[in-house]
Amino acid sequence: MITILGKAYRLVFLPLLFSLLFGISPLKYAKPKLSDYDFFRGRMADHQPKEGVLPYDVSAQLFSDYALKSRFIALPKNQQLVYQKDGTFNFPQESVLIKTFYYTNNYRSSDQGSRLIETRLLINTQDGWMGFPYVWNDEQTEAYLEIAGKRLNVSFIDPAGQSINFEYSVPNFNQCKGCHVNQNRMIPIGPKVRLLNHEFDYDNGKMNQLVKWNMLDMINGLPSISSLPHTPDYNDLESGSIEERARSLIDINCAHCHRLGAPGETSGLFLNIEETDPTRLGIHKPPVAAGRGSGNLDYTIVPQHPDQSIMIYRMKSIDPGMMMPELGRKLVHKEGVELVKKWIQEMEK
Amino acid sequence: MRNHLNFSIMKLIHQSIPLFFMAGLLFASIEKNLQTQFILAEPGDTITIPKGLHPIRGTLSIEGKRDLLIRGQSMDQSILSFSNQVEGAQGISITNSMNIALEGFTVQDTKGDAIKIQYTDGVIFRHVKAEWTGGPKETNGAYGLYPVQCKNVLIENSVSIGASDAGIYVGQSNDIVVRYNTAYDNVAGIEIENSNNAEVYENHSYHNTGGILIFDLPDLVQKQGGNVRVFNNLVESNNLFNFAPPGNIVGKVIPGTGILILACSNVHVYQNTIRNNKSVGTGVVSYFMTEETIKDSLYNPYTADVHIYNNTFDRWAGLPELGYDIGKLLAVKYGRNTPDIIYDGMQDPKISSGLCIQDNDDARFTDLDIEHNFKEWYSPFISNFSEDMSPHNCGNEHRLVSKAKQ
Repeated sequence: MITILGKAYRLVFLPLLFSLLFGISPLKYAKPKLSDYDFFRGRMADHQPKEGVLPYDVSAQLFSDYALKSRFIALPKNQQLVYQKDGTFNFPQESVLIKTFYYTNNYRSSDQGSRLIETRLLINTQDGWMGFPYVWNDEQTEAYLEIAGKRLNVSFIDPAGQSINFEYSVPNFNQCKGCHVNQNRMIPIGPKVRLLNHEFDYDNGKMNQLVKWNMLDMINGLPSISSLPHTPDYNDLESGSIEERARSLIDINCAHCHRLGAPGETSGLFLNIEETDPTRLGIHKPPVAAGRGSGNLDYTIVPQHPDQSIMIYRMKSIDPGMMMPELGRKLVHKEGVELVKKWIQEMEK
Repeated sequence: MRNHLNFSIMKLIHQSIPLFFMAGLLFASIEKNLQTQFILAEPGDTITIPKGLHPIRGTLSIEGKRDLLIRGQSMDQSILSFSNQVEGAQGISITNSMNIALEGFTVQDTKGDAIKIQYTDGVIFRHVKAEWTGGPKETNGAYGLYPVQCKNVLIENSVSIGASDAGIYVGQSNDIVVRYNTAYDNVAGIEIENSNNAEVYENHSYHNTGGILIFDLPDLVQKQGGNVRVFNNLVESNNLFNFAPPGNIVGKVIPGTGILILACSNVHVYQNTIRNNKSVGTGVVSYFMTEETIKDSLYNPYTADVHIYNNTFDRWAGLPELGYDIGKLLAVKYGRNTPDIIYDGMQDPKISSGLCIQDNDDARFTDLDIEHNFKEWYSPFISNFSEDMSPHNCGNEHRLVSKAKQ
């Protein structure tokens, strides 16, 4: 009985609800199902983009409980990104960034299939950017808008062969903005020059993404590539020094909040890759509003002593009242913790 | 014809909205229901928290809204319980909003802060309770009612119990009224930090580690607070052990603190009843007392322009808290008769008006003069502290506020 009601709810009431709520902001900018946007051809789960939808990736990723991500950008026809001096872009209205989160069932053998969890759309509306989460059904045929987010059980076998079961959280509409915010305005995080400035494996061969976008006439005003910065891939040992890789990881995982103009600024801890002041970076800086997140430790970073550093303590925690980042993580990013530990270990006193 | 058809469809849809809403919500949890309403709210909306004890597992958030009233039946009847919280550091998080009023409900047992409001102009807490039900514990969340980087904040008739940092905490904000509240079993009952233009009156702060704290801390975005008035409060028996997780600045507050002014300027403390706080009835201290190094070049570590007048001090004879250096020192110097007003003697060399003390009945005073008396570890024990208040009688005529007027 319950399942029938559940189905009725999903198939009848929900679409009706959506249609009724459509007049109401912010839902007027979203469609109820992912297929309504018509981004992909063939089986939607295969993510074969239609014309005008281009795949891309970023050199450093936000850790999201080991989820894999595929990203696409869709610009309105004949419109361009406008390069900004700070290395970001101005997007034309109706630009969409598409990001699907998925898990390979067994990270040790790729033939055991994968499961799409959610697709997040970041849409540049008349009222600014908005984030909309779509949750995939069990049949993997459709994803439905879940404005209030959702929690669902996910299991997979990790690269070490360990079986992981946990409750994955799809963020709600507000939580999207919680990270994608700067000076009260919502902004994209990934598509900026320093994160795009590397090769991508396109269907017709490898090419630097910025070169490709420029070639496709997607960017207005891009300076010469050789003058542009590049954030190293923190997972790639060859990509930079320990410090460079650690700063890359901290930038992409922390700095969306811990920067001037974003919610983490109350703490006085600034972790964006451009920051150079040691205190603002946390070195011998006492916590301000950490509460029990301090883990009984005195400073965010104690050079050469990762185990006395609050930063490591909070990265290792999965207690919602202590962990960092506050959202989007239920598991510990073991490799990330190791890298930041190493960085602190090797710091000069 | 077409218009007519459209019209009747619209009418039908319009009439059935509540029905479908109800049908949809039959299947949705209260958590999803509230979160959905918070996301779809329009200016002027009232969102009701129904009667009952509602388990909530993740932070409820409001972002970029204006003119909302979030209202429960009453503090004791509408309770959001976060004891099984799996996600988000706060109970309720409100950001980038304008004119948000919270009224008549309780937020319980959050993993982090109970209600945090940031970047919001126009905040009202009225008859709202934040509590941790397991008594004072280090594992309780840091702040109860927590507006930060806000403007025009009113917190009244509200309650905070058990916060491991501050129960009612206003940080880096401007234009603040905190009145008629009750705070107990917190580390700090009420705290105003790096904030300007605050009036804190007719609150009852008791059985905390410290009753009312007025702090300015370094390395923050809003650098300096000031123009703070603390009056007509009852601050008593704040002798609770300090259960703040070490590392937090409030962890340095000695149990038995009534009112503590740290590194703040332009603070008036008057007509309060400050009694039975065993260590420091009222303390006026610089940031040097924390023994932290100061790296923020824009930070002023001194107190200045602090006025303490027309307060009633009362204290039973008893030892101060001995687990803290300042407590040991006071015990050695004064035994069971700790003075009521304790000043570290660190006056801002750039500002002439330091500390002004007047008309506090027979309150007793000591000036620790830490600059001269703390040169060696044993120096304070052999130094003579000045108990003479007369250098601090500034002769100002202070504005008196009668209770009846409020």
